[in-house]
Amino acid sequence: MDDRLKTLKKGIIDVSPLMIPVVPFGIIYGVIGMELGLSAYMTFGMSIIIFGGASQIVLLQLFSGGASSLVAITSVSAVNSRHLLYGAVFSEYLSHLKITWKIILSYVLIDQAFAVSNTYFKKNEKNKYKHYHLLGAGFTCWTIWQISTILGIVLGSVVPEELGLSFTISLTFLALLINDFRKSKNIIVMLVSGIVATIGYKTIPFQAYIIVAALSALLVAALLTLIDLKKK
Amino acid sequence: MIFLLKKDILNDKTKKILSYVPSAIFPAIIFPPIFLDSTGSIDIENNPKILAAVFAIIVGYFSQSIIITIFVGLISYWFLIFVYYQ
Repeated sequence: MDDRLKTLKKGIIDVSPLMIPVVPFGIIYGVIGMELGLSAYMTFGMSIIIFGGASQIVLLQLFSGGASSLVAITSVSAVNSRHLLYGAVFSEYLSHLKITWKIILSYVLIDQAFAVSNTYFKKNEKNKYKHYHLLGAGFTCWTIWQISTILGIVLGSVVPEELGLSFTISLTFLALLINDFRKSKNIIVMLVSGIVATIGYKTIPFQAYIIVAALSALLVAALLTLIDLKKK
Repeated sequence: MIFLLKKDILNDKTKKILSYVPSAIFPAIIFPPIFLDSTGSIDIENNPKILAAVFAIIVGYFSQSIIITIFVGLISYWFLIFVYYQ
């Protein structure tokens, strides 16, 4: 088999198990979009353009709370800023690629694709077609995300509001943090962010509470990191 | 986006701080809908969302599974609002 096709297939296979939680997440997103009163086209369009579960849900929440575009864009960028880290890590492996490749791969580089391709790149640094792994993993995520969004949109129009599904927004983000529950520094950072946001929800203007809370918490994270480095 | 950047533009310290980004942002999204009522006032008495979130955290801590965490939170929330508080 052609090396490119082989690597592409490996990417698809590697990422597949991680798609299991993506399906309900996509459905939840679609349902919430409908519940908050967005049109089906807008809900689906966000999945195509943004292609990032967490940021899409934040955008939904802010829009329905009446936030301005500026605040919405800033908050979504903040949520997505972890991709800066992903890109920085992958630039070590992929900086030789053409710009079109870089744009395509950047579009599909989401958490799950990063996780599996990062492992693959570390082990197969010499494979000159290694970027096909990310292409396979990324487009698998993309396809699953679009299909589950559509499922959610369909379900969202029939699910009754009494079920309180908007609570799944909090639950989903909480679940995304479980890996950090065992790290005491992360817990401090989480508490700072949560408390500032709760207190600031009403007092901070323009629904900017997410940004203010995140910046305060990152400041604490930076301090903790610096203290840690000094100890060493 | 980052691919557009040159190699090693972020140093280790920055990478370390960036790794805190989810912990710094997600709670700002998680906390207000749980602790605030529809008028935006703090509501901690008989609040089923707090209890359900606590269950989800405990289960998440031990199971380390995203999907189990979401479902336990949702099912305990439904139990609280439809059975316990009725």
